[in-house]
Amino acid sequence: MAGGELGTRVQRWFLPAVALGLAVLLGLTLVGPRRGRSEVILATTTSVDDSGLLDVVIPAFTAGSGIAVRVVAVGTGQALAYARRGDADVVLVHAPEAELEFVAQGHGVERRPVMYNEFVLVGPAADPAGVRGLKSLAGALERLAAAAAGGASGRAGGGPAPPVRFVSRGDRSGTHLAELDLWRAAGLDPAGFDRAWYLEVGAGMAETLTLASERGAYTLADTSTFVAWRSRLALEVLVAQEPPLKNPYHVIAVNPARHPRVNHAGALALIEFLTSERGRAIIREFGRERYGEPIFRLEAGGQVGPP
Amino acid sequence: MPAPAFRLEGLVKSYGGRRVLDLESLEVDAGSVWAIVGPSGAGKTTLLRLLNGLEKPDAGRIWFFGQELTAANGLPALEVRRRMTMVFQTPVLFTATVAENVAYGLRVRGVDQGSVARRVARALDLVGLAGTERRGARSLSAGEAQRVSLARALVVEPEVLLLDEPTANLDPANAAIIESLLRRASGEMGVTVVLVTHNLFQARRVADHTGFLLDGRLVETGPTREFFERPADPRTRAFIRGEMVF
Amino acid sequence: MTEALRLLVSLDPELWGIVLLSLGVSGTAVLLSALLGVPAGAALALWEVPGAAWVARFTYTLMGLPPILAGLVVFLVLSARGPLGHLQLLFTPTAMVLAQTLLVLPIVTGLTLAGVRSKDRAIRELALSLGATQWQAAWRVVLEARRAIGAALMAGFGRAIAEVGAVMLVGGNVRGHTRVMTTAILLETRQGNFEVAIGLGLVLLAVAFAVNAAFYRWQEGA
Repeated sequence: MAGGELGTRVQRWFLPAVALGLAVLLGLTLVGPRRGRSEVILATTTSVDDSGLLDVVIPAFTAGSGIAVRVVAVGTGQALAYARRGDADVVLVHAPEAELEFVAQGHGVERRPVMYNEFVLVGPAADPAGVRGLKSLAGALERLAAAAAGGASGRAGGGPAPPVRFVSRGDRSGTHLAELDLWRAAGLDPAGFDRAWYLEVGAGMAETLTLASERGAYTLADTSTFVAWRSRLALEVLVAQEPPLKNPYHVIAVNPARHPRVNHAGALALIEFLTSERGRAIIREFGRERYGEPIFRLEAGGQVGPP
Repeated sequence: MPAPAFRLEGLVKSYGGRRVLDLESLEVDAGSVWAIVGPSGAGKTTLLRLLNGLEKPDAGRIWFFGQELTAANGLPALEVRRRMTMVFQTPVLFTATVAENVAYGLRVRGVDQGSVARRVARALDLVGLAGTERRGARSLSAGEAQRVSLARALVVEPEVLLLDEPTANLDPANAAIIESLLRRASGEMGVTVVLVTHNLFQARRVADHTGFLLDGRLVETGPTREFFERPADPRTRAFIRGEMVF
Repeated sequence: MTEALRLLVSLDPELWGIVLLSLGVSGTAVLLSALLGVPAGAALALWEVPGAAWVARFTYTLMGLPPILAGLVVFLVLSARGPLGHLQLLFTPTAMVLAQTLLVLPIVTGLTLAGVRSKDRAIRELALSLGATQWQAAWRVVLEARRAIGAALMAGFGRAIAEVGAVMLVGGNVRGHTRVMTTAILLETRQGNFEVAIGLGLVLLAVAFAVNAAFYRWQEGA
């Protein structure tokens, strides 16, 4: 009897309680914590975010300035698209041509170099195309294409040679655009390549490296991602160009004249910090402890001038 | 003397510790029409489910035409089960046409296509629904649905037909049709009928034997006329007069 | 948006390849799930197996499995260092089918279970009382639950065709090999080509609608 009474009482309260709970949640969503005035939205690429650099740099910046940063990590194209719509205050990307176009169209100001890494050709240790030790990336790609088309690479040794494959980012990222430039320099057009050996993945650097590792394929990689992922990959650096093929990262503030609602002061403060001696020191040391070498490099001399 | 359609002995069934059925003995002669009356909760439906083999008794035995009904475990043997059919209180129809519903019992018995169509048509004609073969079962009224259920149960020409309050949810006209069909099934086809009902008038109209079930026990059984005109037990008398005994 | 629609009507072979691969991968995943999940769900609903309640609870929980997690499991199993690495299935449509099957199977099993259970007792007893064998009665219950099972298959198809995390991880979004509609949309979005992404999204919805319409037409007829 008492149990039944309790049961109905619980039932009677159950629905209103759930409804109230939902209403409170909805209210919190609508009036809850919003973007503070002092917060800066940084749109950057997944390669920067995946490296873990921002987990070190941003807290240091916030501690000194009191400005919170919300990091949105997307593709370079998407980061610039956010900025073009005024949805971000500042971008940190690595696609020089797209960046210059972005600035030329009046969307960005205060473009400054922050750091760079290097593009290298990585591949299986067996190196079926025989490109190890070459000093030109374009030359290596040319030899690779020939080996893939010709089948055998002409190397000495028994057994059938493993197939030569190349994995392309295929996502119009900075790395992909650099790769296309290299094919052009080699006098080749990837559009005509056989898809059996030239795989366009349309994915991030880490996914692309994983796929190349699984398939025993070559790919063009940035050293930052490669160093961070090396322990999980059956790949090694086969061609590092002399002088290095740099992959520079620039920071750009979204133009407040074009997008009045952006947090321009916060954006400038972040740019200032990233190019300051203190910011440069953090970037220079990042990764040395964990991977034995820094993830990103800085131009020698320390002076970072305007573009 | 042929074996009775059902012979029960010491039948006990409990649910969750509550004894819902406790029958000392009962015999249902082949070809007879039995009505089991009683208030709701008396154990009428449980009795039918035991007779049909859908449930097993906790104790006691059931003989079906002289053959022990209850198997060691699970359902009674298929050949035995196929000699009887059952009509439930709420007509449950398959989501299919009327013809497919009526044909079900024939199909599971592997009857050939030609005879199926012929027998379905005849059964539908019997229940006054000739020509409705292609209608969807969902489009039927409650009365039509119950008549289809009856056609579906009779089409396999069972020796025993069990009915659980078949007219409880029906209007008087449809109830009358069902009742006359039961009399015809008994008279023309020789089907043994066990009808569970709380409707005393129905028992009086249809059955030749009536039993009164109260709190899981058979209080009194007898030929229907005697049962109603000279009940021996005071509780039966009270129930027949419509006095509350439960 | 106009770009994607233009490509579609102009029968652009690459776009059509992507659409067909999406349908092929998700359709195969649903087919596999139907072959395994419908009998499994029906069995769980119809037979009192010890532990069936726990299996059912586990199945319902897996209905909320995050696609990326399903992808990760398949990835680890199929990767070169995984137990099935020698099969070299990673970054193939087969791997995508496996990952999506992992997502769809619990849905088909769980919804079949619920659908059959709602029909179970009354239909089964009716069939038995009309002389059906246990198997015939069970089959009748499944037949009666066919609409629920159809809805389960469509829900599974919807989840498969719309998910991106698992196919991205185990398929790799390789152009001409493992690129499907969702990964193509993701790729365009990451490049900032929002219009093309939306256009592809509309194509995806149109394809899903066409599949649903065809399925329900078939089910009504059956």
